[in-house]
Amino acid sequence: MKAVDDTATRLLERFQGERPGDASDWIAGLRRDATARFAEMGLPNQRIEDWKYTSTKAIAKRDFARPDAAGATADADRIEALRIPGLDAHRLVFINGHYAAALSDGEMADDAVRVRSLAQVLAEDPDALKNRLADAAPTDFSGFTALNTAFAEDGAVIEIAADRRVERPIELLFVSMARDEPVAAHPRVLIDAAHHGEATIIEHYVGMDDPQNLTNAVTEARLAEGARIAHYRVQRESRKGFHIGSLHVNQAGNSRLEQHNVQIGAALCRTDINTALNAEGAETLYNGLYLVNGRQHVDTHTRINHNKPNTTSEEAYRGILDGHARGVFNGRVYVAPHAQKTAAYQSNDNLLLSGKAEIDTKPELEIYADDVVCTHGATVGQLDTQALFYLRSRGVDLETARGLLLYAFAEAAIERMSIEPLRDWLQGFVIDELPHAERLQEFV
Amino acid sequence: MTEPMLKITNLHARVEDAEILRGLNLEVNAGEVHAIMGPNGSGKSTLAHILAGRDDYEVTEGSVTYKGQDLLEMEPEERAHEGVFLAFQYPVEIPGVNNVYLLKSALNAKRKHQGLDEIDSVDFLTDVKQKMKLMGMDESFLKRSVNEGFSGGEKKRNEVFQMMVLEPELCVMDETDSGLDIDALKIVAKGVEQMRSPDRAIVLVTHYQRLLDHIQPDRVHVLARGQVLKSGDKQLAHELEEHGYDWIRYEEAESA
Repeated sequence: MKAVDDTATRLLERFQGERPGDASDWIAGLRRDATARFAEMGLPNQRIEDWKYTSTKAIAKRDFARPDAAGATADADRIEALRIPGLDAHRLVFINGHYAAALSDGEMADDAVRVRSLAQVLAEDPDALKNRLADAAPTDFSGFTALNTAFAEDGAVIEIAADRRVERPIELLFVSMARDEPVAAHPRVLIDAAHHGEATIIEHYVGMDDPQNLTNAVTEARLAEGARIAHYRVQRESRKGFHIGSLHVNQAGNSRLEQHNVQIGAALCRTDINTALNAEGAETLYNGLYLVNGRQHVDTHTRINHNKPNTTSEEAYRGILDGHARGVFNGRVYVAPHAQKTAAYQSNDNLLLSGKAEIDTKPELEIYADDVVCTHGATVGQLDTQALFYLRSRGVDLETARGLLLYAFAEAAIERMSIEPLRDWLQGFVIDELPHAERLQEFV
Repeated sequence: MTEPMLKITNLHARVEDAEILRGLNLEVNAGEVHAIMGPNGSGKSTLAHILAGRDDYEVTEGSVTYKGQDLLEMEPEERAHEGVFLAFQYPVEIPGVNNVYLLKSALNAKRKHQGLDEIDSVDFLTDVKQKMKLMGMDESFLKRSVNEGFSGGEKKRNEVFQMMVLEPELCVMDETDSGLDIDALKIVAKGVEQMRSPDRAIVLVTHYQRLLDHIQPDRVHVLARGQVLKSGDKQLAHELEEHGYDWIRYEEAESA
């Protein structure tokens, strides 16, 4: 196939092969179209406005192999060690994108929820995905989405029944493992919540043995009338790895999405979090935390489309950047004509701990209705001197006071998360990253 | 005669280009309660912050000695270890940092400085609970973060509560009475009265006389334009209440 550039050509060649679902005309067609779209688009470049601050050259430079399903094994104890302590979740484990049944809690099926691996659904019942896969997530959202749609072969399908609440969180643990050569995984997750269905879903991305792999993940979700989904994205990939991820949600009336986006790993991480509020009473909370240092690059693009009146969104992203780290935050809020009584609040607060760290933050408000309340604010700064003085006046030494305020800054994001073990783990993680961790322990 | 606990001599201080304190003199002995009153902009909050070590102000002239030491040479945390405490007008919220743990750490830092062992956890908690009760604070306070989600009145009571637990020798209270309803004011006053001791000095910075209905000061000083214009006993506060700050300015003009 003729592609836009050599990289696209090479990637298309590298990733080709048989995949579950090929036998379905519908799936095969979807993949063919996506392949063609990727051939036209290639990887995003910095001439595209949405990718202005993030170069994909480091990804283009590497030659990622396609991991095989048979290699989806790992030492169970080592996987166990990746657990968030105390988190009682139904867990599905994926090794380099492939479902590892032996390491997982297995298929989940009761009157409230059904959780299956995507590979299984593609093999056994591909047509069940018709008009659901590549529905909320447009194939051409970016070159990466096209690539995922063309080559996704595993992931998860989560279906929540109407009027049911799934008590246990569902954790999808994506482990990126070092192999002889770097590999690329394209996990795909489909979440379908029927009316008034409720669930908590955690996508947990971890690197093991410092791989230089690429994770190119796409999740799409459909929230029917009154559905409530808490969706967590915890990204702690290898510091040599690459993580591209996107979430695409369609929300019906009175539904509620809570999206928590934690980004701490990867050399390069880009996440796109998108939701469309398509009927009255729909609401969304976006809560983000990025903690980066060294030469890490973290780029978050969010989008909230208020397509109907009386919809609400609240978005708060916080970041701490040290060393030569580079951050990008772009928060787009769109309010359609006639989407009156929309309320949209956005904030992005950043602390730069070194003179070499950098953040580009930009709100993007497109408002076509007049009776709305939309606010936004971005801060880039150092620690609050008044708060530092307060702590020191209580006898806390300067270094410890600084650490406590950094912790407190992150905590403002962490405390919005309702899963206690996740909060505890993140708090511990933040403290361990700070100087004088042992002294800070006394205060929390 | 023994040295005063706090001795401020000809203190001049500025923030950026504005000179705020212009030759302030003040002596406070252990065992005394002093009220420093003055209109807005007179420099009284600046004085309180300088005593606690806030470095936004530049001291250009004069000296402050505390227990015979040069206070201005000390870092804020050293002053705390030496027994200086500032009750803030606007206490800061610190999410995720537990109230009680901060207090315990503050107390232990001070004890360490004094060459004492860390306080026994059970003793500490008993003391904390008893003082919380005195300040009318709910048990849930033990689990909450520093000032987070506190009402204005709760923050002020928390300042006095911290002061009671840390048992400082020099208590500087910056407008602790502002924004309090009468019940909260009484609780705060009760806490302060409880702190009165022959080994301790208390400096109340206030705009209004009403706190002094509940706490009897030994000395009252009126501050204007960065100087102490007039000092007297508690009667001075009543006269101020009656005549307003203009009365002092008028008197000053008369004598000039």
